[in-house]
Amino acid sequence: MPSVAPMFRPQSTVMLSRVAHSLYWMSRYIERAENIARLLEVNLQFLLDFQGIDDDSVKDHWGSIIASSGGGELFAQHYDVADSRSATSFLAFDLRNPSSILSCVYAARENARMVRDQISLEMWETINELYLFLKARNAAVVWAAGANEFFERIKQHSHLFQGLTDSTFSRSEGWEFIQFGKFLERADKTTRILDVKYHILLPNADDVGGALDTAQWQAVLRSASALEAYRRFYVREILSWKAAEFLIFSDTFPRSLHYCVAQVNDLLRRILGETGARPRSEAARISRRLFADLESRSIPDVLKQGLHEFLMEVQNALDRIGDEVVQTTMFYPVDTASDDHQQLQQQQQQQQ
Amino acid sequence: MVGSAGKTPAKLRAFVPSLPVSILSSTYEAGDFFDEMVGDDGQVRPHYRRLTERLATLPEAEFAQRRAAVDLAFLSRGVTFTVYGDNEGTERIFPFDLIPRIIPNSEWKGIEAGLAQRITALNLFLHDIYHEQKILADKVVPASLVLGAKNFRREFMNFNVPKGIYVHICGTDLIRDRDGRYLVLEDNLRCPSGASYMIENRAAMRRAFPNLFQSYRVRQVEGYADALLKSLLYLAPSRRDSHPNVVLLTPGVYNSAYFEHCFLARQMGIPIVEGRDLFVRDNRVYMRTTAGPVQVDVIYRRIDDDFLDPSVFRPDSMLGVPGLVNAYREGRVALANAIGTGVADDKVIYAYVPKIIKYYLDQEPMLPNVNTYLASEASDRKFILENISKLVVKSANEAGGYGMLIGPSATKDECDKFRAMVAANPRNFIAQDPISLSRSPTWCEGQLEGRHIDLRPYILYGEKIVVTPGGLTRVALRKGSLVVNSSQGGGSKDTWVLQGNE
Repeated sequence: MPSVAPMFRPQSTVMLSRVAHSLYWMSRYIERAENIARLLEVNLQFLLDFQGIDDDSVKDHWGSIIASSGGGELFAQHYDVADSRSATSFLAFDLRNPSSILSCVYAARENARMVRDQISLEMWETINELYLFLKARNAAVVWAAGANEFFERIKQHSHLFQGLTDSTFSRSEGWEFIQFGKFLERADKTTRILDVKYHILLPNADDVGGALDTAQWQAVLRSASALEAYRRFYVREILSWKAAEFLIFSDTFPRSLHYCVAQVNDLLRRILGETGARPRSEAARISRRLFADLESRSIPDVLKQGLHEFLMEVQNALDRIGDEVVQTTMFYPVDTASDDHQQLQQQQQQQQ
Repeated sequence: MVGSAGKTPAKLRAFVPSLPVSILSSTYEAGDFFDEMVGDDGQVRPHYRRLTERLATLPEAEFAQRRAAVDLAFLSRGVTFTVYGDNEGTERIFPFDLIPRIIPNSEWKGIEAGLAQRITALNLFLHDIYHEQKILADKVVPASLVLGAKNFRREFMNFNVPKGIYVHICGTDLIRDRDGRYLVLEDNLRCPSGASYMIENRAAMRRAFPNLFQSYRVRQVEGYADALLKSLLYLAPSRRDSHPNVVLLTPGVYNSAYFEHCFLARQMGIPIVEGRDLFVRDNRVYMRTTAGPVQVDVIYRRIDDDFLDPSVFRPDSMLGVPGLVNAYREGRVALANAIGTGVADDKVIYAYVPKIIKYYLDQEPMLPNVNTYLASEASDRKFILENISKLVVKSANEAGGYGMLIGPSATKDECDKFRAMVAANPRNFIAQDPISLSRSPTWCEGQLEGRHIDLRPYILYGEKIVVTPGGLTRVALRKGSLVVNSSQGGGSKDTWVLQGNE
């Protein structure tokens, strides 16, 4: 059979606003799902390690994780008690929680479906398979089978997806939106991981530096997959302020705030065409100020301000950066009031 | 291969395989139909020999395994369609049968020529009825049928479409009668779909049966996307020195064929857009992009005429682009297929196509129609009403197998209902003698059985006419069923048009 020379097609170099929007959110939701999976897994393990922990501490622990995820009010509406089971149910499976693992994967997959023509087949298959897997499970079954396998699956698919994106997605504008969403989300999640410690009742003076305290900080580092990296950096013991310093200021660890914001800053230059010395857009302004802070401040500084206050400031800045970029580049008219009607019309189109 | 002995009764012919443990059972019945694999003499047709030899050595368990692998691949690739009326999980895989349908070159040549002839005539017809209307003046087709057709677009009289072409993409459904003659069942000139499944099915067959595929010299279908893009580029209005910008306009993710829209857009390397991604300014169409507006030259639209432009057609359309029709009129954007083609795939106009071919080309149609009765003609109407339980009755403008009565298998109530509808609105109905569609061996729960099939080749009309060799063979999976549409229990097969005759 004679082979047919493929016709060179000028690849479309334009990016629809709606497409940018979907790529950005697809990326954010996957990063979010993976972070929650890791957070849950680590903390379930942590509690297992600490046998004999009394009920109040457990409740505090889960309560603090839920609070730092921003889901405190919603959780209180639907659940009575914060324990391993209810926390896992809320953070992993509850579709009423827009940031549960399930909600995130469903949303990521829906966004991916809307831009199917942009992503590679392997990327699509990966996220579709994860979606199909989750759809077929329910919380009770997973719990019985051993939650670890479940979290492993989420993490693996997320890593696979990111790896595939890295190796099959052209370094075009779409790539920039994907990376932007990922690093913005990651920075946000790192602030929340750090913030977990705040929500746990301040330990008694005797407990600071004690076994429980150390173990909790270890769990914080593990939640950011940072324990080994931390140990290579600080050879000695885990100290709370060192762990915070590492996760905030390290310029080499890929989950630290400094690293993530450096990426965000760089991507903004490309997405918004911000190449000049002075920022022109609001997003760039906020981003550069945030980065400057992370470059120049130090941990004693942050602790003096208050770790929690500092983290809230960072979260707000990240939120505003995201909003501004969405407004500027990804804006397209969405008539949400008549979604059902639109859906019906779409279905009605005869495809002969 | 030895067929049954001469004494076998005419209606039941058995095919005896060489090994008993394969998926070919000893009782493959061709029945009283044209069978694709087995001739009237009980012998396997030459172009199916290699296939049957291979199947005879394939244990059922292995076949089942390959089948499962194909299904899984389809599911994870998302080769799906959506069924109306489902609540959640609306996507389904289009059931795929691993036994290919094989067509020798000698047969295909005739089909290809017939299809090219037909689309040429239909394009001439469309041009005529939207301009001088000579065919109506010469009373070859009744004027009222055309002018009163649901999809005749009065607003586009005397409008000059790009390159004079109305139908750029056509899907014509073919069936075979008891003698194996190919007949045209209907043309689809608005938004024909299924080309993506044709390509995906081919990929699946290659993975499932690589050696068998190679032993036959099967003509390629993968060139479809290139050919399609070429024919779309051909329509671009000339504009400065930039590359023409071609886009695919989809209704959106909830449309049944959304998978196909994405697939084709990706294969062609063009953007896929929804109505809300576009806007019109100064009668030019633009896309909303992250870098600002970008002009669009050609739109491959998979949206009905009615929904294209709320300022001209249905005002409640949420899928279209206000001002699009004006841009089209000004010649600033091309649409494929053009607005107004629906009048020519109206099932009543279908009955006149042989006359249409004769009128414009002075040729006999190479591919005959199925014999059709028109309810709008008094004598035909009488016949239809009196014999409705023996006929297949179709509404002029429905798609997907809806709005159809299969008399011989319908209940008395259903027949009565249709009789009333036909009497009330005769212009809207046609009837045909039921054709015993050809059958093809299909894997049915562990063994090969004959199932009714049709064929939908895809014809592209651009600078050249390109008929993709093969197309989508649709199969009615339920035993005895004649309905092949995906929305009503149909599946598909890969279609192998051979370079040679076996």
